[in-house]
Amino acid sequence: MSTLNVNGRDQSVDADPGTPILWALRDTLGMTGTKFGCGAALCGACTVHLDGQAIRSCITPISAAEGKKITTVEGATDGSDRVGAAVHAAWVKHDVAQCGYCQSGQIMSATAFLKTLPRGKQPTAAEIDSAMAGNICRCGTYARIRVAVADAAKAVI
Amino acid sequence: MLDNTYPGELPLVLQHMLERDQADETTASLPRRSFLKLAGVGGLALGVFPNLAMAQSTAAVQPAGALKASQQPSAFVQIATNGEVTVTINRLEFGQGVQTGLPMILAEELDADWGLMRSRNGSSDAAYMDPRFNLHITGGSNSIKNSFTQYRELGARTRAMLLAAAAARWNVDVASLRTQIGTVMGPGGRKLGYGELAEAAMALPVPENVTLKDPKDFRIIGRPTTRIDARAKSSGRQDFGIDVRLPGQLTAVVARPPVFGAKLSSMDDSAARAIKGVKAVLRVPLEGGAEGVAVVADGYWSAKQGRDALKLQWDTAAVEKVDSERQLAQYRELAGRPGPLHFDADMAPLQTAPLKLEAEFVFPYLAHAPMEPLNCTVQVSEGHAELWTGTQFPGVDNAAAARVLGLKPEQVKINVQTAGGGFGRRGVSSSDSVVLACEVAKAARGVGLNVPVRTLWSREDDIKGGYYRPMHLHRALIGFDERGKVLAWDHVLVGQSIVTGTIFGGRVKNGIDPTAPEGMREPYSLPMRLAVHHPKLNVPVLWWRSVGSTHTAFVMETLIDDIARATKQDPVAYRMQLFGDKHARHRAALQLAVDQSGYGKKQLPSGRAWGVAVHESFSSVVAYVVEASVRDGQPVLNRVTAGVHCNLVVNPRSVEAQVQGAALMGLSMCLPGSAITLKDGVVEQSNFGDFTVARITDMPEFSVHIVPSAEPPTGMGEPGLPPLAPAFANAVAGLTGKPVRQLPFKLA
Repeated sequence: MSTLNVNGRDQSVDADPGTPILWALRDTLGMTGTKFGCGAALCGACTVHLDGQAIRSCITPISAAEGKKITTVEGATDGSDRVGAAVHAAWVKHDVAQCGYCQSGQIMSATAFLKTLPRGKQPTAAEIDSAMAGNICRCGTYARIRVAVADAAKAVI
Repeated sequence: MLDNTYPGELPLVLQHMLERDQADETTASLPRRSFLKLAGVGGLALGVFPNLAMAQSTAAVQPAGALKASQQPSAFVQIATNGEVTVTINRLEFGQGVQTGLPMILAEELDADWGLMRSRNGSSDAAYMDPRFNLHITGGSNSIKNSFTQYRELGARTRAMLLAAAAARWNVDVASLRTQIGTVMGPGGRKLGYGELAEAAMALPVPENVTLKDPKDFRIIGRPTTRIDARAKSSGRQDFGIDVRLPGQLTAVVARPPVFGAKLSSMDDSAARAIKGVKAVLRVPLEGGAEGVAVVADGYWSAKQGRDALKLQWDTAAVEKVDSERQLAQYRELAGRPGPLHFDADMAPLQTAPLKLEAEFVFPYLAHAPMEPLNCTVQVSEGHAELWTGTQFPGVDNAAAARVLGLKPEQVKINVQTAGGGFGRRGVSSSDSVVLACEVAKAARGVGLNVPVRTLWSREDDIKGGYYRPMHLHRALIGFDERGKVLAWDHVLVGQSIVTGTIFGGRVKNGIDPTAPEGMREPYSLPMRLAVHHPKLNVPVLWWRSVGSTHTAFVMETLIDDIARATKQDPVAYRMQLFGDKHARHRAALQLAVDQSGYGKKQLPSGRAWGVAVHESFSSVVAYVVEASVRDGQPVLNRVTAGVHCNLVVNPRSVEAQVQGAALMGLSMCLPGSAITLKDGVVEQSNFGDFTVARITDMPEFSVHIVPSAEPPTGMGEPGLPPLAPAFANAVAGLTGKPVRQLPFKLA
């Protein structure tokens, strides 16, 4: 039995310590906002934050999350986090999603990226691309992702 | 009206295919009945659809003159007391935006308040068949095209019933009433919201004939509209098929043979059974006489660990082991032989033509790789089964599930789930992923696991699992004169048929699968002889977004450019000259892209070149003018300007997204790593590390421009894909001086 702190709440998880965070969230806790895309840290669909850092939950075992805080897309976009709320609003405003399956991961990568920027520093186009390059979107929503990240940056930085 | 718009359109090949094959499918109807009313926000529908329709869809054939199930508002419209209108979509929403586009069409004629529109997914019920094919299908870029009039009429019928209900309530002539954005307005300033009238309206008969709006009065259709699901999809709250969670549900993963068609020779599952959470290890039949081993567990991770712990020996001795290198040699050999002709023309001028061009093209197998891995959840009970899956073919899958489970089709229900992409992979006539899930559920039931079972594919299962866009070889020998007039074009196409051996197999004529050469020769009037060979191999193949045009557009549009270059003509002017006074939509789309891009006016920075291509597929025309460069030996697509002709546009935002998305998929085809290859029968790629797709760093600057039109809409799910790769290749050829003949591009 492990204890995971997910979106500010301690939750008991009856799973092997080697179980990836992704499957503890999805299959054990029933939190399905975090998506399975590749199982090998290649596509970014499963991105969550571990103590604020964007990680690939499909290859990160729950043992690595002991004593740390996990933030999922549900927590980042529920209005309690200023940056997450701005990213969510920009995603809706620019109608970023098509099938939407990868967007949880895109939003979590974008949110983590914006939190790393120094105050007053707007990201360059190259920095946005570099920050988002680990997240695949097979629908090809990249043009709107670029615009939405830049827009969210203006709102929070 | 739509039927006669483009009688010569290429997708008709497939459409006729579908129409004929489904001719004996009954189009049972509901009795005349009103639409449903929700008791409260998110409350129960009083009429309990779709169970109602399920029961009735198996009843006697409709009386003459009655409306079909697909024309009945009851199956499509629910109005809550607070005025919320929920529209059921008869298609799979997998990114293309029908979940918003179809409600827009219905809301237009209903005169609804757009802010109160909602939508929900349909099922395998008869009401959700394509009204033109009488088949459940999301494909061929047909959703908006074939359901435009259907959803307008549904909206108009619903509005007429609300008006009739108001007239009865106020005891006035219905002619004295009008509607205004979700409200019925009566004499003396009287008003009733749709939500207040819904219950009374549902008791009224459904009018058969309704008058539709004059398109000049449209206020919703044509307006850039945010997707209804934008919020849910920007917060992790959108559920997909993979997110279905039923009480007691188990998860299965299936170990498959390393070579298509192989059987299991021995299995040691003791270590797998020892994994915590594993409930059963089951041998299951796979397609083509093969076998697999399903590990059923309390979750994906336990199931996958169980699968990894299996010790399996496969008997691959007797099965065909395709090898890409040998396959290419075989295709080349085949291309030299005579084959059945799709087009014929006099090839004698080849002997005397002043200029000649010879070319060979190679296209690899391609995986669809939708972001949501394939999955299907099956719940079997006595005499009934229910499935949850994101499918493009719910009717076909329903029949397949019934067959596997020993049930009648009406004892099976498929709940269509929002899907994370598909691109053709969720529309398989063998229903491979549904059949597999049913085999697993059946085997699980056989060992006493009477619970819902979700069969989930890993990414490796998806990449290695077949159903690829077929590998193709093209060869062309073209004779032309100094002015670029083509005197004779001798062409051979080699590739597996995607319909042979499927429910559409009957459409193969003269040994030619009509989906393979679609897009060849068109729209140019060329004296072409086209021979087609369909070698038979055991690698499962399938349509892939834009089907035959994935390769034919590349061949046609790069060769047309080659002729222009060889005769020192501008590639735009040359195409325009070939179109002559025909092909107005091609001319308009190309001209728009040219004008918006600055082609011919703007000087490009050094190291950049222009590329142009235009292609019609699925009744829509897309032209690209691109700017490209070469960096560190790799081609880079810098900028794309699109000119689009898809007739009347329902949601311009959707069209823009579809064009960009299809183009990105077309760009993926060009980039290194976009190929499925086999070595001694084994697929060499396994995940996004070795089957690579375009990332944000590959995304060019992109603008989409739409030719205005009032003609009935044509589809945009696929047509943005075909012309991207040839436009890019034409730009690269301009830079390197060498034509691109292979996908992914090889510049060496």
